[in-house]
Amino acid sequence: MSKTETKKFICVACPVGCALTATIDGTEVLELEGNTCPRGVTYARDEVANPMRTFTSTVRVGGGALPVCPVRSRTPLPLKKVFDVTKEVAKVSLPAPITIGQVIIENICGTGTDIIACRSLGVRPR
Amino acid sequence: MNANTVKNVDVAVIGGGPAGIAAAIAARKEGAERVVVFERDWEAGGILQQCIHPGFGLHMFKEELTGPEYVDRYLRLAEEAGVEFSLNTMVFSMDKPQSFDGRKSASFWVMSPKRGVENIKAKSVVLAMGCRERPAGAHAIAGTRPAGVYTAGTAQRFVNMEGFLPGKKVVIRGTGDIGLIMARRMVLEGAEVVGAFGAMPWPAGLRRNVAQCLDDFGIPCYLGYNVCELHGSKRLEGVSVVQVDRNRRSIEGTMRFVECDTLLLAVGLIPENELTRMAGIKIDSYTGGPVVNEFMQTSEECFFAAGNVVVVYDVVDFVSQEGERAGKAAALYAAGKLEKGPRYFSVEAGPNVKGISPCELTGGQDATLFLRVLEPVEQSCRLYAEPGIFSQKLRYARPSEMNEVRVSAEKLNALPPDVKAIKIGLEIL
Ligand SMILES: Cc1cc2nc3c(=O)[nH]c(=O)nc-3n(C[C@H](O)[C@H](O)[C@H](O)COP(=O)(O)OP(=O)(O)OC[C@H]3O[C@@H](n4cnc5c(N)ncnc54)[C@H](O)[C@@H]3O)c2cc1C
Ligand code: SF4
Repeated sequence: MSKTETKKFICVACPVGCALTATIDGTEVLELEGNTCPRGVTYARDEVANPMRTFTSTVRVGGGALPVCPVRSRTPLPLKKVFDVTKEVAKVSLPAPITIGQVIIENICGTGTDIIACRSLGVRPR
Repeated sequence: MNANTVKNVDVAVIGGGPAGIAAAIAARKEGAERVVVFERDWEAGGILQQCIHPGFGLHMFKEELTGPEYVDRYLRLAEEAGVEFSLNTMVFSMDKPQSFDGRKSASFWVMSPKRGVENIKAKSVVLAMGCRERPAGAHAIAGTRPAGVYTAGTAQRFVNMEGFLPGKKVVIRGTGDIGLIMARRMVLEGAEVVGAFGAMPWPAGLRRNVAQCLDDFGIPCYLGYNVCELHGSKRLEGVSVVQVDRNRRSIEGTMRFVECDTLLLAVGLIPENELTRMAGIKIDSYTGGPVVNEFMQTSEECFFAAGNVVVVYDVVDFVSQEGERAGKAAALYAAGKLEKGPRYFSVEAGPNVKGISPCELTGGQDATLFLRVLEPVEQSCRLYAEPGIFSQKLRYARPSEMNEVRVSAEKLNALPPDVKAIKIGLEIL
């Protein structure tokens, strides 16, 4: 029989930030307390097995109204890949105009999710 | 003053952030003909354009969006609704409201590179100027005045919109949300963040931000610390930190030097109310924003207000909701159709609560009041509005998260006539 342990963490799936207490066995959640909605359960499962985060940053833009454009991962990606993803995103430089939702990098670092633009950006001058 | 032109509008909205945009949309939907948003920046969106992290729109869109995405959705709605935007336009002066035919109206002055100075006359106004950060000068830190000291929001704009990193080795003074979010952002951009130092024994920001901005990246959070001195002649070379007690007094023998080239100040926001004062509107001494009733109406009846100009919010969805309320009421006022309720109540802060807004009620419509608790309560507690009009059990209450109190007009109007005050408080169960 394997040992169970309790783990406390904050659900970051929404700004409420419920304090969760999970009884876990290895990477499996046996019991969960403190969540106010079902998303907390999914979050706790991922948090124990493989923590996931929505990634956001900026990419360089040439000739745009701003020199950078905000980008995000379409869906959350593994926390442990964040620094790899950062490095890839830092290499990007695009010409304006940019359209919101435009795919910037497909399947970033093999995570299965894309990096997309978070705003539209016209060409200079403002 | 001389102006090139005088413009007449029905509802004028000052500030094109989420509060102003939502107000303008609601005003159009309520039937106001000419609704114009005056925004000093080159684009609308306000502070959200630099908030590139996720965490917006969970209530309004049931989706977690970044700041710019949230703005984009609202700008589309504004376009559909027929809202006019006057960009690159600074409102710089406000006249006292004038009475005409028993109704008041507003007059103010704007400046823009294209059209110069203009005088705007509006049947009603929604104030939505947002807030500003407490600047470095207001921090009273000893030592030299080298380069490398920024407010966290300024650093956020540099990194997220202007595309440059303000420093390589960073100390954060304060544990407010902007500071926490910037800690993560600076790390992702290749800087080292030595730590966030906050004076209170609890973090000022949301717990989720402590978890996903500091803990995720192993950035230490020092609670009960003050950054008390700056070192360096041209560029910042380090700061002195000291442990403080509950009354923020330094504890002897705990001072130490921390090397860094950048200090970010993340300690508090102040509602931006110069124009509000010029109009002669009553300001709440505690929140620093205008006193409003359930219609978001100020002490000058043709002026309404919403968003961070009233009280500093942590979730933008509430700002949008409040903007809607203000915009709708402003449109009704412009049409001569706003009917206040039959009563007058002042809302008072009871045990363990502060900064309640709205703080006046007339029983004219159901109201949502926002407030914060003074100290964190990590156990069952009850939030109430006396006499007997609201009671809600909570599992916890924290100063970093606003609480809501909903009071129905029906219940208010049923109160005995001698009741003139509503008291809100929090009790531990
Ligand atoms: C750094 C930061 C992080 C945040 N993170 C989150 C989060 O994760 N989730 C969340 O839900 N909320 C978050 N918030 C809160 C939310 O963004 C704000 O509450 C909201 O943006 C406030 O909207 P507003 O319209 O009142 O003010 P603002 O967005 O500040 O807009 C005010 C506008 O008025 C304009 N203006 C001011 N004075 C004048 C003038 N005289 N003439 C013309 N124009 C003028 C300004 O240029 C600005 O565009 C965050 C806020 C900040 C500052
Ligand atoms: S459990 Fe639900 S309500 Fe609580 S923080 Fe997670 S997502 Fe938000």
